[in-house]
Amino acid sequence: MSDTKKLEALRAEAASLRKELAAKGSLSPKDRRAIAQQDMPSQDPQVRRHNMNEVALGYFEDQAVVESLRCLGCANKPCVSGCPVSIDIPSFLAQTAAGKFDEAYATIRESSMLPAICGRVCPQEKQCMAKCTVGKVEKDPEKSVAIGRVERFLADRGRALAASPNAPKVAAPRPKASGFRVAIVGSGPSGLTAAADLARLGHDVTIYEAFHKPGGVAVYGIPEFRLPKAIVEEEARSLELLGVKIVCDFLVGRTRTVHDLLEKDGFGAVYIATGAGLPKFMGIPGEDLVGVFSANEYLTRSNLMKAYDRENAATPLYSAKRVAVFGGGNVAMDAARTSLRAGADEVRIVYRRTEAEMPARVEEVHHAKEEGVIFDYLANPTAIIGDEKGRVKAAVCQRYKLGEPDASGRAKPIAIPGSEYTLEIDACIVALGNDSNPLVTGTTPELKTTPRGNIIVDEHGATSMRGVFAGGDIVQGAATVILAMGDGRRAAVGIDTYLKGKKR
Amino acid sequence: MTKILRKERLSKDVYRMVLDAPAIARARKAGQFVILMPDDEFSERIPLTIADADEKAGTVTILFQAVGATTRILAAKEEGQSLAHLLGPLGRPTDIKKLEGGVVCVCGGIGAAPMYPIIQALKAAGNRVTVILGARNESLLVYENEFRALADELIVCTDDGSQGRKALVTEPLKELCESAERPSEVIAIGPPIMMKFCSATTKPFGVHTVASLNTIMVDGTGMCGGCRVTVGGKIKFVCVDGPEFDAHEVDWDSMLRRLGSYKEEESHKCKLVEAAAALASQATLEKEQVK
Repeated sequence: MSDTKKLEALRAEAASLRKELAAKGSLSPKDRRAIAQQDMPSQDPQVRRHNMNEVALGYFEDQAVVESLRCLGCANKPCVSGCPVSIDIPSFLAQTAAGKFDEAYATIRESSMLPAICGRVCPQEKQCMAKCTVGKVEKDPEKSVAIGRVERFLADRGRALAASPNAPKVAAPRPKASGFRVAIVGSGPSGLTAAADLARLGHDVTIYEAFHKPGGVAVYGIPEFRLPKAIVEEEARSLELLGVKIVCDFLVGRTRTVHDLLEKDGFGAVYIATGAGLPKFMGIPGEDLVGVFSANEYLTRSNLMKAYDRENAATPLYSAKRVAVFGGGNVAMDAARTSLRAGADEVRIVYRRTEAEMPARVEEVHHAKEEGVIFDYLANPTAIIGDEKGRVKAAVCQRYKLGEPDASGRAKPIAIPGSEYTLEIDACIVALGNDSNPLVTGTTPELKTTPRGNIIVDEHGATSMRGVFAGGDIVQGAATVILAMGDGRRAAVGIDTYLKGKKR
Repeated sequence: MTKILRKERLSKDVYRMVLDAPAIARARKAGQFVILMPDDEFSERIPLTIADADEKAGTVTILFQAVGATTRILAAKEEGQSLAHLLGPLGRPTDIKKLEGGVVCVCGGIGAAPMYPIIQALKAAGNRVTVILGARNESLLVYENEFRALADELIVCTDDGSQGRKALVTEPLKELCESAERPSEVIAIGPPIMMKFCSATTKPFGVHTVASLNTIMVDGTGMCGGCRVTVGGKIKFVCVDGPEFDAHEVDWDSMLRRLGSYKEEESHKCKLVEAAAALASQATLEKEQVK
C-alpha cells in the first residue's frame, strides 16, 4: 500500500469508528477497552530514511478523539502521578473525546509550556502510560492510552491556530510583579520550564543561553525528523509572551560568573540548568582517528548547524558509507538514523547487552529497524583501526554474554575471550553518555558536587550556595526531557519560596 | 548581533576587526578566544583568538587570515555591518606569573595576534620577554612594531629572508635554549606544525613549553568533544581544558591528522565561496561599466 493510501485508510477507519462510538452514546469501561490503540500515521521507512522530514505525522482529529475515548477516567488518576509535571491527563483526554480541543489544550498548558516537544519526545511508556490502567489490563504499557500522541495532536492544532492570521493576539495575563529578578542558566527543557513557572509567579526572568538559538538538547541533540526545530523555536519563544527575556551567545561561567549575576547584576536567585557536559569516550586505541565522533558532535553538526543540508550549510558533516554507533540509548538511535539520512548505506548499532536491556525507547528502536539500521547485540569495540591517513577503516569488536544483574539491575555483560571480530567501517559514533560540564562548577567553588561533577541539590532543587538552584542533566547526570522539566518545575517552587522569605 | 566598528586589511589575506562586545571585553583575559558566526542560519561557528580588548570602550579585537570558506565570508563584511553571533570569552586564561629566567614567546604568522595580550600580561607581571616573530615572508609579518615597543628583545625571521633573519623560528629558539640565559618558559602560538617543532626543539633542554591549540570546534562550551586532543596520553578538550597545554605532552601527529578531517568538504565550500565572490565582483565591475 502506498503511503497516501495507508494514511487515508487510518483516517477513514478512525472516522467511522468515531461515528460508531458516538452513536452508542455513553460508553462502558468494557466498550472503551475494546477500542484498539490508534496507529501513529508515519512516513514510509524507505522514503524517510533519505529525508529529514518528521517521521511521525501526528494523529488525525478522528484518531485523537477515538484514542481519548479509550481512557477509563480512573478516579485516582494514576497517569498523573507518572507525569513529572503533573499534567491533568484524564481531563484533557475527556475534553478531547468530547471534541473540546481548545479546552483540552488549555488544560495541558496549565502544567506544561512545551507540549509539542513533550508529545513527541517524552518516554510516555515509562511515565504516564506506565501507570495507565488500560496498559495494566493489557499487561503492556505500549498499549496504554497513547497520551503523548493526543498531547501532540492538541499542541500542533493549538500552534497552528495561534499562527493563523485571524487568531486573536492576546499576550498571556501578567501577574503582579514580585520585584525579584531570576537568572536561568541554559534554555533547554529544564530552564524553559522553570522560566515559565517563575514568570507566572510574577518574577522577572532572564534566560542565558550559550548557543545562538534557544532550546538546548531539543535544538542541538534531537534530530529534525523526530522534533522539527521550528516547533522548538516556537515553544521557546512563546515564553517571551510571559515576559521572559532570552539572551543567547552568553556563557555563564565565562562571560559572567554566578557570583556576578547575584552580586553585581541584581538577580535574587539563579537556576543552573546547563545540561549535558563533555562526551564520554571509551578509552580504547584509535579513538583519536579521523572519523570517530561523539554523538554530541555528530548530532550538533547535523541539528544545530544544519550540516545535513550539505548544499546550504557551511558546517561540514563527515561523509561515510559504513557507520557503527556504539551505545543503546535514544541518542545512539538518533545518531544512527541521522547517519542513514546523511548518506550512509550501512549503519549498525553495536551494544553490549541485548535488545531487552537497551535504554532507548521501544518506538525509537522500532523506527531505526524499519529504516534498515542493523543491530549487533552483545558486542563492544576494543579498538578502532585507521588507514595510512589516520582515517577510520575498521573497528575490532568483542562478543559478550549476559551474566548476573549488576548495580543497575540489568544483566551484566561479560566479554567472551577470543571472540574478537572486525567490522569494516568508515566512521563511528560514540553514544555512551556525558560527563558533567565543568564551566559553572569550576567558577563557583561554593557549589558542592558529586565525585562525577554533578551539582548536589536538596528536595527543592537548592544547591549548597544560597540563592542558587540547579536541575536537569547537570544534577541528574543523564535525564530525559520530561525529568529535566520536572526539575525545573520543582526549582521554580523552591526559588519562589526562597525569594518570598528573603528581605527585599 | 555584534557590530564591526573597524576593519583593516593588514596584508593580502590578513584582516583585523574591532568588534562592539562589552561583555566579552570586560570578562576576557590573555589567552582566551571567541566563537563567532558571521551570519545566521547555515553559517558556521568558528573559534578565533582575542587579539586585544578595551574594557572602557567595550571592544574586542580579532585578527584572522581569510583561508577557509567562513573566514572569507567574514573578510567580506564591512565596517558598520554586523556578525550574527559572538560568544566568549572561551577557554582558560594563560597562567601568568613572574618567572626568574624570562620567557620566550614564539609566534608564527597571525599567531602574533593572540600573543600580544599574553606579552602585555607577562610584562605587567614583571617578566623579561623575548619574542621570536616568524612568517613565510615579509608581507605576512604582523605586530612587529607593537612587539618592538613591548618586548625586551625581538627576533624577526622569515622563511625567505625578505625581512629579518632567513630562518625558521626554531633556529633562534634553539640558540636561546643553548645560551647561558636559558628561558624558564617558552610559549608558542602559530601553525600547528610550527608549534610541534618548537616543542621538539625545547624538549631536549627540558624548558617548559606551552602551546595554544586551535583545533576543530563546534560549540566551544565543553559539549561536543570535537576539539579533543591527546595530552599526556589522556583525552583533553581544547575548549574547556585549554587552549594552552604543555607542548611536550601533546600528541602532535594525532592533532595534525584531526585538523585535516574535513579537507575535502572544506575545499569544496571554498570553491563555492570563491565562485560567489567572483560573481559578485563581476556584478560590481558590470555596474561600474554601466556608470
